[in-house]
Amino acid sequence: MNLPGSGILKGMAVTAVNFIGSFFDRAHAKRLITEQYPEERPILVETSRSFPFLVFDGDPEKGIRCTACKICEKECPPQCISIVKAKDANGKPILRPQIFDIDISVCMGCQICVEVCPFESIRMDNIYEVSAYDRFGTLVLHKDQLLKSNEYYRQIHPTEAAQTDARIEAVRVKKAAAKAASAKAAAAKAAAAQAAQTQPEPAA
Amino acid sequence: MSFHPHTSSFNGVQGAGALDVSLGPQHPSTHGVFRMNVRMEGETITKLQPVFGYLHRNHEKIAEANSWLGSMPYTDRLDYICPITNNWAYARAVEQLAGIEVPERAEYIRVIVGELTRLQNHTVFLGFILADMGAWGSALMYAFREREKILDLFEWLTGARMMVNYMRFGGVRCDLPVGWLEKARAYVETYPAFLDEMERLLTGNEILLARLQGVGILSGERAINGGLSGPVLRASGVDYDIRKVDAYGVYPRLSFRIPRGTVGDCYDRFMIRLLEARESIRILQQAFAQIPAGPTLNPAVKQRGFKPPAGEAYGRIEGPKGELGFHLISQGGEKPYRYHVRPPSLINLTLLEEMCLGTKIADVMVILGSIDIVLGEVDR
Repeated sequence: MNLPGSGILKGMAVTAVNFIGSFFDRAHAKRLITEQYPEERPILVETSRSFPFLVFDGDPEKGIRCTACKICEKECPPQCISIVKAKDANGKPILRPQIFDIDISVCMGCQICVEVCPFESIRMDNIYEVSAYDRFGTLVLHKDQLLKSNEYYRQIHPTEAAQTDARIEAVRVKKAAAKAASAKAAAAKAAAAQAAQTQPEPAA
Repeated sequence: MSFHPHTSSFNGVQGAGALDVSLGPQHPSTHGVFRMNVRMEGETITKLQPVFGYLHRNHEKIAEANSWLGSMPYTDRLDYICPITNNWAYARAVEQLAGIEVPERAEYIRVIVGELTRLQNHTVFLGFILADMGAWGSALMYAFREREKILDLFEWLTGARMMVNYMRFGGVRCDLPVGWLEKARAYVETYPAFLDEMERLLTGNEILLARLQGVGILSGERAINGGLSGPVLRASGVDYDIRKVDAYGVYPRLSFRIPRGTVGDCYDRFMIRLLEARESIRILQQAFAQIPAGPTLNPAVKQRGFKPPAGEAYGRIEGPKGELGFHLISQGGEKPYRYHVRPPSLINLTLLEEMCLGTKIADVMVILGSIDIVLGEVDR
């Protein structure tokens, strides 16, 4: 039979070890994992995600990957995306968004928009300091705020960006190859037609 | 004297010394916004009526208006302490509905993250039940410190600490990052030391024993009749674990034991979590050794615009809190026709009054804490 109170004393010993140990654990390894937030900032892991942004290559106006297909708008579970397709001078719709708004006070960061996007144009950011006084003035992000360069994407998610770039490159190579093949075929056809046209001449 | 004459649902006060108290919803020990209308004679409970619904978010109806995939992130928010097992239960129900095969590696990943979730849940439970007993501080902080390390693993894997949105129909969203498995294995090696420390801190403590032993006794028979599941049921001595009963996923290949209580009091419910955490470590070690290479998502399944055939399915798993099931009815469309959640927290609460009658008011919080509820799941 244990001495009465020995259980409490044992527990107090554990508390003491933790209390004293926290002074000797500056590496945040075991006993002390609190971060002194504004002074010390967390080092985010690469996969960390918060809100979506739009990727562009090179020029923000011409290089925008989004084609305003509205798949993300339809699939977004809390429906926080709103897209309006752009029109050219004649009023004909073109494959570019005129308006692209994301209400990040509604967005829950589930990244379903990223998964459904067929053009690799929407990706997850890792910003976290977004508090504001005014919801509609600051928390509804417009197209110009959402557009961020591919270099930025490579910087925050290197592995994922490399995979995306490889996929885009593969599609480009395939398209170029198909184009070259069709051009070659057309050239061959034209040559054959010409040959057919020039062939009869000596016979005639 | 009646404490809240207008809001209390009891009619009038009977007998001298009877007191009606509304416990909650803003009470630090009600694990969120749970409310109990309690009638006391002196300090002894003579009646207890739970009031639900303060955190109702229309989860089931929203799911019926959303695509099948669109409900996956919402399931994270049911039991927000363990989102991955919620994902798993929903994915499993849909897989049963549509007859989808899951690749072997994905099944192992599910077991690994599911058991890490169980560790996490039981860790937090150890802290919370101490807080319910009035020991704010040490135990809760140690538990949260430990949980943080598991959340770091989840963040690395899924991109989010809690709202993971990780499972997909026929697998998981992404493969394990390079180095994740080694880190997780190294972490799991250190976890028993934490459990030992918690046991040194708590299990011998005379005050803790006095507060837990013989309080809120529930017989196995009553627990079965009430439809209880999970650690609460097993603490009453019933050998029922869906991991063994249904033998889903790769659980049949892993050897583990099902701890059981003998008395069915709060102490058994407390100890069973410690024992289950130790069994989870065994499962994890086996899963780390066995996990094969291969695909993590069934390529035949179209996630966007997913349309299961018309039919009905009930998929369930052994969540950290008990049997978590999803009952889905499909009419072949892009949205579920009916989507129903069977939350373990809510069903485990049904026998709360029975456990509390005749105990003191201070014990009510301990009994409620020993059931381990999360209001996100109770009210949905």
